[in-house]
Amino acid sequence: MSSLVIQDLHVTIGEKPIVKGLSLTINSGEVHAIMGPNGTGKSTLAKVIAGHPDYTVTGGDVLLDGESLLAKEADERARAGVFVAFQYPSEIPGVSIANFLRAAQQARMAEGEELDATAYYKRLYAKMDMLKIDRKFTSRSVNEGFSGGEKKRCEILQMAMLEPKFALMDETDSGLDIDALRIVADGVNTLRGPNLGVLMITHYQRLLNYIVPDFVHVMYDGRIVKSGDKTLALELEAKGYDWVKKELVTA
Amino acid sequence: MRTTDTLSNELEPVAIENPVAGIDQTKGDFQYDVAYEFDAGTGLTEKTVDYISAVKKEAPWIREFRQNALKVFRAKPMPTHWATKDLENIDFDKIRYYLAQGQKPKRTWDEVPDDIKKTFERLGIPEQERKFLAGVEAQFDSEAAYSNIKDIVAKQGVIFVNSTEGLREHPELFRKFFGKVIPTGDNKFSALNSAVFSGGSFIYVPKGVKVAQPLQAYFRINAENFGQFERTLIIADEGSEVTYMEGCTAPKFSTSTLHSAVVELVALKGAKIQYITVQNWANNVFNLVTKRGVAHEEAEIKWIDCNIGSRLTMKYPGVVLKGRKARGEVISIALANDGQHQDTGAKMIHAADETTSNIVAKSISVGQGRSTYRGVVHIPKHLKGCKNNTECDALLINTNSRTDTYPAITVRGDRNYVQHEASVSKVNEEMIFYMQQRGLTEGQAMSLAVNGFVNDLARQFPMEYSVELKRLIDLEMEGSVG
Repeated sequence: MSSLVIQDLHVTIGEKPIVKGLSLTINSGEVHAIMGPNGTGKSTLAKVIAGHPDYTVTGGDVLLDGESLLAKEADERARAGVFVAFQYPSEIPGVSIANFLRAAQQARMAEGEELDATAYYKRLYAKMDMLKIDRKFTSRSVNEGFSGGEKKRCEILQMAMLEPKFALMDETDSGLDIDALRIVADGVNTLRGPNLGVLMITHYQRLLNYIVPDFVHVMYDGRIVKSGDKTLALELEAKGYDWVKKELVTA
Repeated sequence: MRTTDTLSNELEPVAIENPVAGIDQTKGDFQYDVAYEFDAGTGLTEKTVDYISAVKKEAPWIREFRQNALKVFRAKPMPTHWATKDLENIDFDKIRYYLAQGQKPKRTWDEVPDDIKKTFERLGIPEQERKFLAGVEAQFDSEAAYSNIKDIVAKQGVIFVNSTEGLREHPELFRKFFGKVIPTGDNKFSALNSAVFSGGSFIYVPKGVKVAQPLQAYFRINAENFGQFERTLIIADEGSEVTYMEGCTAPKFSTSTLHSAVVELVALKGAKIQYITVQNWANNVFNLVTKRGVAHEEAEIKWIDCNIGSRLTMKYPGVVLKGRKARGEVISIALANDGQHQDTGAKMIHAADETTSNIVAKSISVGQGRSTYRGVVHIPKHLKGCKNNTECDALLINTNSRTDTYPAITVRGDRNYVQHEASVSKVNEEMIFYMQQRGLTEGQAMSLAVNGFVNDLARQFPMEYSVELKRLIDLEMEGSVG
């Protein structure tokens, strides 16, 4: 059982404060959704936890199983068990998905230890079968010339192979058609289980029809202003974000 | 894109003080054997040339060839009007132009710098070879392997010998082409090589013979010590085929700061020559090499050239497309790390109808490293049906990196087809972050990006060379990230 604890987190980009005192605890086996209007710092959250160099943490902490992540490099955080499914994943020309994942696996091994290639491919193909991904897919260069749906498929496959403790889905659903949305949802639902905690960051409620969250949080102006179960998402859908804003003002 | 005219004004000679530590020969770290009779001493005079010729028991015409070359070398100015001024830092008086076998400098294994040892280890170089490469042992016993290859190809009538033996034992084969593809006066460094050459391979492949396994200079050079001024001549007779692999991917722990080879290829009617080089020089080496081939009717010459390391490399493999339907190709990879300048490219001289040429060059500049592409494609007006394709791609890592492209494409007449593409890209931070988010360190991410960049070219290498190229890139990139 693992936990990802965000404590009173403050983040700036340049001089500008983006996240202003956000707290949230996610345990293994739980699926949390963070919703909120554009420009409230939702997307910043995943990148900050992952260690993106553009952001500065000015206060608070992020703890993985009680240990702070903030002093660690991005790759150390990844190896510790944090995975981000990106909204716009980068292209890596000339590097096949199979080789990329192999390098990522190798990076998790002790120095001098060699990855067993046969076992690796066996595992890769098993995961691809599970996610119903064509075998030819992994010989393509990572994200190069991929459609929106293919990029998501690639992210989900990486997530399946790397078996993180916590997966942060950064607006994975934005700009997706219904088929691509299903790819993401099927993937997450397949991988969902007692050893994985999930944080879904989304603007829209519709993803939550496919991946039913245990907890829903509303983010506004750099903070979580409201938390509840899945019914909160439906309420938001019906009343709109203005409802939250108004409530905040009256409070 | 700049023209070459502006080049001379903008060069800032960066004096690199022996970055690989431990190979500074000016400090007298090395002791030499007492038997100086096989040592030409330092500096270059008529006597040096006579001495080399005498040790090799050469015919008078070769001695004259050398002496004439020395005059040409002295008469020619440094090509600094278009090339880097760093060339002026070569001190010709301090160089040893000939060291016979057994005269190599000696040191102990303990004196070899740790980073060099580590590199050998990482590259998986056998213990015995490490000592040789590091200059600890004068000889590496690969005679057995070498004579094995030599014996196999000898059955097909292939002659595979060193330059001294080639000129002495088979003048009827080699004299006709020796110094013809690259005349002594081609450039200052081809003249220098012509004066003091030693080592290298002379190969003759008889008509119609297809040599199944690649001939490797690796064994050759090891068997007779590294040549600084090696001379190679490969003649593929009509309809024959041969692949030659040169170099070794371990950092050449050269005691000399100047390497200047001349390689001449002759592909007669319908013959095919493929020449593969993967070289990784120590950071204090000037690597100034002239490589050219002549392709006769329907013949094909392909250069695969990979340059890593050195202080300055200047190398532009070329093909003279002399016969109808001849084909020429240059595949080039260059990696310039901090303090290094890779000035590489290709030359395609079309001299017959329906000749085709292809140039694909990829360069990587890291940190203060600098890459320059220079290409010449020449198609005169009277020809028809000629085609050239040139692609040069540069990858920049870190903002200080620098790359220049100087393509000189002269195409006259309207019956020929030329295509040129160039691109410059940067390894962007988002890509590195993405890879780090998957658990790769920054260094691993960089080297994966670089390997991806050269992947389509590396696949054309023989298996073991592409594997070693990958390892080399990994090592280079690892060191480049703080």
